[in-house]
Amino acid sequence: MCGIVGLLAKSETVRDTLGQLATPMFTCMAARGPDSGGLAVFRDPVDSPQLRFSVFATSRAYDWSVLPEALDREYGSGDGNGHTTFIQPNGNHAIVTACLERQVFRSWLHRFDPALYLISAGRSMDVYKDAGQPADIAQRYRFTDMSGSHCVGHTRMATESAVTPAHSHPFTAGEDFCLVHNGSLSNPYMLRRKLEREGLTFDTDNDTEAACRYIEWRLQQGEELRVALHHAFRELDGFYTFLMATPQHMTLVRDAFACKPAVVAETDQYVAVSSEFRSLAHLPGIEEAHIFEPAPEEIYSWQA
Amino acid sequence: MASVKDAVVLDLATQSLRDANAYLHEHAHELSGKTVRILNPAGLHSIAAGANVDTRIEIEGHAGYYAAGMNRQAEITIHGNAGCGLAENMMSGIVRVKGNASTCAGATAHGGVLVIEGDASSRCGISLKGTEIVVGGSVGHMTGFMAQAGRIVVCGDASHGLGDSLYEAILYVRGAVQGLGADAEEQEMTPEDFADLERLLELAGFSHEPTEFKRIGSARQLYHWNPDAAQDY
Repeated sequence: MCGIVGLLAKSETVRDTLGQLATPMFTCMAARGPDSGGLAVFRDPVDSPQLRFSVFATSRAYDWSVLPEALDREYGSGDGNGHTTFIQPNGNHAIVTACLERQVFRSWLHRFDPALYLISAGRSMDVYKDAGQPADIAQRYRFTDMSGSHCVGHTRMATESAVTPAHSHPFTAGEDFCLVHNGSLSNPYMLRRKLEREGLTFDTDNDTEAACRYIEWRLQQGEELRVALHHAFRELDGFYTFLMATPQHMTLVRDAFACKPAVVAETDQYVAVSSEFRSLAHLPGIEEAHIFEPAPEEIYSWQA
Repeated sequence: MASVKDAVVLDLATQSLRDANAYLHEHAHELSGKTVRILNPAGLHSIAAGANVDTRIEIEGHAGYYAAGMNRQAEITIHGNAGCGLAENMMSGIVRVKGNASTCAGATAHGGVLVIEGDASSRCGISLKGTEIVVGGSVGHMTGFMAQAGRIVVCGDASHGLGDSLYEAILYVRGAVQGLGADAEEQEMTPEDFADLERLLELAGFSHEPTEFKRIGSARQLYHWNPDAAQDY
């Protein structure tokens, strides 16, 4: 088991209260995934050439204060057009905004402190994830305070690889793309070998990371998401309900067997997705929502 | 337990599901012939599971997994949708869902009648052992998989793999069948089929004509291992 949740705002009110509405969805699904949890939130993008980096520290009491200075010492502060490096620390998690390419920042981060780990990069997306009880994770990173256009979350009950912060979902690949997964794949190593030959590298041995990087790699080849997902239907073997997000869309698919549950509730205010209806029961207007179970190998995509 | 007129009210917003289910089990003798209303189900799992009481149970909203599971005697109505495993292994009584049901509705169910007014998802009536299921809408893939006894009436369409590895349960479909499963075949309707359909449609409250349905049954080719056809398995 695992739990997946997603909430996409169709109104300013829901955007402003995204975290308040989504957090009970997330903590309710802890019953399906008590060992780790995570949330990806999409906000207004930072101006190019800036990027937002979600950075994870293994120590809960990490001292972030030296990081921006060290970064600026090496690369200069910002781009000279008023875009400067800044950091929003939150316990063992920090969002670093800097005018650096992803790979440059990533390799610098590893040199700066190997105990730091990059979990997401992009202009709009922030990712928070950790091992431990989902309710504690939600509280630690103050999920209820979050606002944004949409978010996807995951509660994990590990069945195939280690329980660590890095093995938690959401997984990310490239920039501004994330994926959460309920299920298990039987050919992740095949996908992985294929992608490694294309020059991709992996952070973990987790099956979901293989799916996440596979789909994002197809998008990088210039494919539309729908085309990429039809390739995924053919190449991915196993069970899955995937919920994916980019700044523009939140997208849901289930494998041909549809063993892994999902329910969608849509109103004029929001689109809510969850593994189980009970985690949606608190949402305003749920009584009048259009509620349905997504069909196998159908692509459901909603514009943010 | 508040009593409103003749109805006993169990409000899941103010009492635990465990207490509500325990009440149904422990007070069965007092509840005979009465109505129990379960308020604020909020998608919780196992609502009214294991009831063995001659009473009406009205679930006023959406139910989660295994609602009305193992039911005996009770007439249970869910005024909303039901999650996975609705009326799983029910033994007798009537379970009715006003909305849709998720996967495995009526799985392994032995007796009584299950009515789903909306759609049922995949594997409806999987391993059915005697219950009669009537679905007002359509059913998902692998409906009636390995069903041994009982009937499944589908007023809408059926997705692929219908009646795969079917034993002696009979399926009736009014709409389109996307594909039959292994060893399932369309068969000629008999006078008994028309009589059963008429009875079940009336009981469920649907006004379709029995003549609009086709019968799917087992071709009985998978009953015994055939070593000469090993390459086909």
